[in-house]
Amino acid sequence: MAGKPKLHYTKGRGKMESIRWLLAAAGVEFEEDFIETKEDLEKLRNDGSLLFQQVPMVEMDGMKMVQTRAILSYIAAKHNLYGKDLKERAWIDMYVEGTTDLMGMIMLLPFQTAEVKEKNLALIIQRAKTRYFPVYEKALKDHGHDYLVGNKLSWADIQLLEAILMAEEWQADILSAFPLLQAFKGRISNIPTIKKFLQPGSQRKPLADEKFIARVRAIFNF
Amino acid sequence: MSGKPKLIYFNGRGRMEPIRWLLAAAGVEFEETFLDTREQYLKLIKDGSLMFHQLPLVEIDGMKMVQTRAILSYIAGKYNLYGKDLKERAFIDMYVEGITDLTNMIMMFPFSPPEAKEKNLALIMERATHRYFPVFEKALKQHGQDFLVGNKLSWADVQLIEAILAVEEKFPAVLSGFPQLQAFKTRMSNMPVIKKFLQPSSPRKPPPDDHYVATVLKVLTE
Repeated sequence: MAGKPKLHYTKGRGKMESIRWLLAAAGVEFEEDFIETKEDLEKLRNDGSLLFQQVPMVEMDGMKMVQTRAILSYIAAKHNLYGKDLKERAWIDMYVEGTTDLMGMIMLLPFQTAEVKEKNLALIIQRAKTRYFPVYEKALKDHGHDYLVGNKLSWADIQLLEAILMAEEWQADILSAFPLLQAFKGRISNIPTIKKFLQPGSQRKPLADEKFIARVRAIFNF
Repeated sequence: MSGKPKLIYFNGRGRMEPIRWLLAAAGVEFEETFLDTREQYLKLIKDGSLMFHQLPLVEIDGMKMVQTRAILSYIAGKYNLYGKDLKERAFIDMYVEGITDLTNMIMMFPFSPPEAKEKNLALIMERATHRYFPVFEKALKQHGQDFLVGNKLSWADVQLIEAILAVEEKFPAVLSGFPQLQAFKTRMSNMPVIKKFLQPSSPRKPPPDDHYVATVLKVLTE
């Protein structure tokens, strides 16, 4: 019995945002149940809904899936965004792990004190420009295709666009040395499902503000 | 032209150990190159061998694979340790991600500052006995089968036996409340490929010592 996937998380990006991106890009409508208080989280835990007591949790296809990567892998494979064979999957996995690491660093910035944030932002920008973006720029250059792997849209492309936009929020000209990534950004942003997700009123979440940060700290106790 | 997979890492467990386990469980022989100088590491970066300038690196099937999860997924997929369909893969992924969170705590432990060690050790025990082991105890009890998913050996089983043994090295009686896991541990340890890997002089690495920690820091720090 298939209904729409149902996402359980706070009303912010965090680890759920990549899942929202992937579902949206795949053209899959989804519902969201927002955790707004510590009690909401406790209820999910006490229900036995969270395998390891953690969110994100996505109800889909009769499963209560947890663990961001497991959820993303399932969605990618189900919607043909995971390459055509094991080798293409290997490249998609490698590329995705890279953008996940970069976004993981960026995701923490709003939670850091001004001093720590400044230091980490400098490191993130350095890593983006010297460790991560060159890899994707080179991949696109080497094969000359529109997409990273197998000449076809995959999870790797969607996550790369997400990472680019996230990095640009902190340094607007971060792609200045990467012409192919600039073109990639334009192309992928214009894919109808993604264009729709990028418009106001979509389920894409905004950058965390101070009020939201305080709420998250209260819910998760940190 | 395929030969044996070649593993490039430090002479210790770290992030490469789950890969050694999985290859061994799949009955795949492999070669290893051990890094102990910063020069070797910088050379690998300069060569373009390390996609994101990070280890582990595994040369396999004509690819220079990086990112632990990508490598493990590829090996699991190639050697039929990843379930029979998408849903089994989803469960294997969820279990593996949970176990990885636990083994990462153990892996990072030797690198924690002295004043944090006692707290981190207690947290490992707490998580193992309250968050992770209960999940697998319950899974085995519910279906009554020998393996976690699909009544067949998978990546999840291999990663679980690795985690159990690693936690037991710190807390020998940790399985005392988990009879299913005790039986699982015995069964898995007696499988010929795993029994062989558990013998001295196999490629399995010993627990990290001060020399290992010093080597890692020396190689990776500028």
